Amino acid sequence: MTLDGKSLLSGILALRRSLRAPSKPEQTRAAGRPKGDAMNEHIVKSYEEELALLDKKIAQMGGLAEHILGQAFDALERRDPKLAEQVVKSDRHIDDLERDIEEQVISMIARRQPLADDLRHVMAALRITGDLERIGDLAKNIAKRALAIADESHPKPLMTGLRHMVDLALSQLKEVLDAYAARDAERALSVWRSDESIDAMYNSLFRELLTYMMEDPRSIGLSTHLLFGAKNIERVGDHTTNIAETIHFFVRGVMISDDRPKGDDTSSTLFPAG
Amino acid sequence: MLMETTSATVQSSANATGPKILAKDVNVFYGEKQALKEINVDIPDRGVMAFIGPSGCGKSTFLRCINRMNDTIAACRVTGKITIDSEDIYDPSLDPVLLRARVGMVFQKPNPFPKSIYENVAYGPRIHGLAANKSELDEIVAKSLERAGLWKEVRDRLNDPGTGLSGGQQQRLCIARAVAVGPEVILMDEPCSALDPIATAKVEELIDELKRNYCIVIVTHSMQQAARVSQRTAFFHLGILVEEGETNEIFTNPQDQRTQDYITGRFG
Repeated sequence: MTLDGKSLLSGILALRRSLRAPSKPEQTRAAGRPKGDAMNEHIVKSYEEELALLDKKIAQMGGLAEHILGQAFDALERRDPKLAEQVVKSDRHIDDLERDIEEQVISMIARRQPLADDLRHVMAALRITGDLERIGDLAKNIAKRALAIADESHPKPLMTGLRHMVDLALSQLKEVLDAYAARDAERALSVWRSDESIDAMYNSLFRELLTYMMEDPRSIGLSTHLLFGAKNIERVGDHTTNIAETIHFFVRGVMISDDRPKGDDTSSTLFPAG
Repeated sequence: MLMETTSATVQSSANATGPKILAKDVNVFYGEKQALKEINVDIPDRGVMAFIGPSGCGKSTFLRCINRMNDTIAACRVTGKITIDSEDIYDPSLDPVLLRARVGMVFQKPNPFPKSIYENVAYGPRIHGLAANKSELDEIVAKSLERAGLWKEVRDRLNDPGTGLSGGQQQRLCIARAVAVGPEVILMDEPCSALDPIATAKVEELIDELKRNYCIVIVTHSMQQAARVSQRTAFFHLGILVEEGETNEIFTNPQDQRTQDYITGRFG
């Protein structure tokens, strides 16, 4: 690479800027740069390691929750009782991880008395682990329903609707876990905002299933299982939203203030309109 | 960095209308070296304000400005303005000895006089002429020891030497001594760093009691102590007051990266 006068000058200017930077108070202010970005490390290394371990466990638990939710729906879709049983078993790993994370957080509070962003960090981990555990339970519940209706033939258009819904829930869950790993409050906020679309899908599936049941009472058993399955996926969306709120608090130090847009009105619906 | 005081931190708003202590553009120099730069802070009455920061950040220097202890250091120069109840404490006509009766101080190491427990407490009121006779003095001593939570432990041995008490008791004796002259402000410079956890808890309980009647300013190296006892916290770093605010806020969501790094143990 050859150095011309211009690049040399810009190099010097950049160097001068970086040398001057620490003396400018506004540049060291938390508000001035995203927290978690180029964060200084703790003097006590084992503290740093414990926090990293906590994140590793959350990532592991999140990945597992994602995985078994996908599997549970595959089992439902493919009428695969073996896969469903596997999901039921895998959920135990999630429960173990939850206990493990809880114990670590309690121990860290007792031994290290975390403050400021560290305090928000361990509290966030504690809350997120609770939400992930619930997501695991919901996946398990879907798997149990898959077992219950394995011998029935599933109406295709309904299954397509459910597939869309679970895909969206899975992508939101993945997105929120990535937002946690990246300490990205904006990304968490966008997940939080888009839960409305899962609600809207649930809403329309609810109406479809009601119509279906009214048309053919023999389908009520199957439809009810599918309806609960859809409800479970919608609940996964709610837990994902909780996680997004937790991440926002962790990163920014403030709760999300405005009300979340709600798209689910099925609790006030008796029969589908029209 | 002008901070506003919130009425939420003022325990009894009936007697407290504004800040008790007001510092404006305070600079302190030790010879050529500037120890504090442009400190602006309001300290509310009837509450506890904690000063935290790494060693050498200027928090103790600032504490000592409030009762003009720095006057005793020849090379020390203070500029700017500090008022207590709107009265300039650096006014040349003001007697620093009388100021120090209004602004009591408790130090890191308990430092009772080598006299009896009774005399330790009676000394101040006597030289300031606060008691007309022996029975009034007895009453002041008893009341001060009571306030310092020490009365029950020492009432049967008031003539024993103060230095014979345990460290925690000695520190509470020093607090009783400070309280005896009827101060308005009590400054505490790491009052618990030489005490065990039980004695520390007793002093902290005492601080909780005292804040109903006094304006208390405490310098502490223990973040947990600052979080436990204070309603407001100020963070000093390299002679600058970096951030000041409600204790809850400072310890859960500090606004400045330097505050965050310090309280979470990221730089020393």
